[in-house]
Amino acid sequence: MSTANDSFDPSTTLWRDGRPVYDRRDTVCVVGAGASGLAAVKNLREHGFGVDCYERETSVGGAWNWRHDRSPVYANTHLISSKPFTQFPDFPMPDTWPDYPHHSQLLSYLERYADHFDLNSHVWFGTEVVKVEPADDTSWDVTTRSAGGVGSERTHRYLAVVLANGHNWAPKQPAYEGLDEFRGQTIHASAYKDPKELRGRRVLVVGGGNTGCDIAVEAATSASQTWHSTRRGYWYLPKYLLGRPADQVNDQMQATRLPLGVRQWLAARTLRLTVGDQSRFGLPKPDHKVFETHPISNSQLIYHLGHGTITPVPDVKRFHRSGVELTDGRQVEPDLVVFATGYLPRFEFLAPEILGADEHGRPTLYLHAFPRTYPTLAVAGLLQPDSGLFPLVHWQTVLIARWLRLRDRDLERAAAFWSRASADVGKRWNRARVKDSTRHWFEVNHVDYLRALQGALDELSPATATARSTR
Amino acid sequence: MTSVRIMRTRDWAHPVPPARREVLTATPELPDDSKPPVLFVPGFGHGAWAYAEHWLEHAAGRGFAAHAVSPRGHGNSEPAPKAELRAYAHDVVQVAAGLPRQAVLVGHGAGALVVAHALARYPARAGVLAAPVFGGWATLGLALRHNLFGTLPAAFGGKLRLARRQLFSRALPEPAAREYLRRIGHASPRAQWELLRSRPPEEPVGAPPVLVVGTPDDRVVPRSALDKVARRYGGAPLLFPGMGHDLMLDARWPEPLDAILDWLEKGEH
Repeated sequence: MSTANDSFDPSTTLWRDGRPVYDRRDTVCVVGAGASGLAAVKNLREHGFGVDCYERETSVGGAWNWRHDRSPVYANTHLISSKPFTQFPDFPMPDTWPDYPHHSQLLSYLERYADHFDLNSHVWFGTEVVKVEPADDTSWDVTTRSAGGVGSERTHRYLAVVLANGHNWAPKQPAYEGLDEFRGQTIHASAYKDPKELRGRRVLVVGGGNTGCDIAVEAATSASQTWHSTRRGYWYLPKYLLGRPADQVNDQMQATRLPLGVRQWLAARTLRLTVGDQSRFGLPKPDHKVFETHPISNSQLIYHLGHGTITPVPDVKRFHRSGVELTDGRQVEPDLVVFATGYLPRFEFLAPEILGADEHGRPTLYLHAFPRTYPTLAVAGLLQPDSGLFPLVHWQTVLIARWLRLRDRDLERAAAFWSRASADVGKRWNRARVKDSTRHWFEVNHVDYLRALQGALDELSPATATARSTR
Repeated sequence: MTSVRIMRTRDWAHPVPPARREVLTATPELPDDSKPPVLFVPGFGHGAWAYAEHWLEHAAGRGFAAHAVSPRGHGNSEPAPKAELRAYAHDVVQVAAGLPRQAVLVGHGAGALVVAHALARYPARAGVLAAPVFGGWATLGLALRHNLFGTLPAAFGGKLRLARRQLFSRALPEPAAREYLRRIGHASPRAQWELLRSRPPEEPVGAPPVLVVGTPDDRVVPRSALDKVARRYGGAPLLFPGMGHDLMLDARWPEPLDAILDWLEKGEH
């Protein structure tokens, strides 16, 4: 653990609400040491900032560390984006790894990333953030305590705060009529860990997202019966197209810069030729075009539908004591229901208006990162890309670091950038008309989003030329 | 310098295929955590062996964990007759990212160009470009003047044959020079062509300090090219007169290496 805090000068102590505030001056605070937090620490360090990162667990990896109680990964979790879209752009995964690595490989990747760039010495493990409040100027007061809840709280003042507490840990629990009286077991997908929990049981998986499809496929090989309930028809992309990872083929098409409509037609055509007519397998026809919902990357679902080991069913209408009634009037009697119904972002240590949250709790941010009125606060990794997250979060945190550098060096240019950027607050970086649901709050097209990031980075770029002028 | 490019469609849609790579290593007897690992990258036709002759052991003797990689198609790495320049850079980045800590990249000859490309894909602790061959028609002109028949085929997709007087000074004993020349192989024709076209490398990521080392008596890299590369990275080249192009094999090999390691120690990179 770091000993950086030993260098406090007690005479610089400030006060807030009768408690001492330790001034960390030009240091930036990062909340969370998952993938996004680690990228933020590395890139802020690279731009010459001191960093204090707080992590409630005792190790890095966030959601990807299966030892963490908030980790949603289960034994067979494999990536759904292939390596080039999954790795940080400046730290490639080993050539010897498969196209779609296992979650344990991803954890070891993050651990190596932290070791390679010496990030652990900037992380305060076992420390959770209780409160993040704006101080009188543009700095922030961050109150922390040890994660067990024992020990006293401490407040530090930081130049800026980067929130990287993740958005896939607070389960979104749907409310159904009659759920209380249902005698079977119900769990959220985040609690599902191992196929042996499914063995020999009759399982209903609710939710057509990637997790729902993955768990349905797991159930197909271990449960005695599997129903898979989806609200609408989706486009199921196979993991391999034409012998190559499908996302690589798709990017080849995106690179052509063909109009969206043409690409949608081409993609639908390709899927028609490779996957074929989904309704043949009892699935509803998609009620939307390709790219308008988060892509589902699963080659095995169709296979199992064809083998009868998964029965597709429509949305759940209500629960009864001994069964589940579906919207088409059918009744099924599972003894385990898995809700793969997603997650909601939570920032319980922050007043909701700071992120410009609307009545549903959805934050309003520029590039999904910067709140309108707080230039020294940023959110990292609050994205739902149609590819892997790490490349996006890497450049996002580079942008955050460059932005903070520019504020430090050239307030005039910073103000110009900010006024231009605030016009884009709340903009969605996706040309397709994405379905309006919490599932798609942060949905971005990786190409559209990275192009926007590129523009912002270019605008801020000369500010970094002297960032690490050690010689 | 071109701005950092984050749209890398080619790398996403057509990633460089994996290849088996040769990595030679010299480990210091007393590991010194304050010193970063150093990864040496040989120029076209050379392999990791060129560093294993002297430089690896010497760097390890000074407390640096020293590694040398043979890009695909070189040394004992997997043959790759169709490799592109970016595949060589990929090999370098793969090895660098596999080291326990953030590494210094040292490239020699066209290997310096490979390192320059690698610096745009990996935030190295520092970069060192030794007798850098960044390509272009001036390089071809000079090579034709010094070694017409060895160079001419390469201009048409054939093999490049380097001559003794291009690579070594007279101080290097004749048998050693002959042995080195015998071991020198070939880069892929495609990479040679890319070298000639000399697409400028992207800006390095992570703003690493970059040192350019060379010799005014180099018969592969004209002095003007040396200055140009150094200017690009905001400095002047460090010069070692009286040496041939192959700084790590020529008779006075310790001098440039000691200067590089001094620079690394002084800068605490």
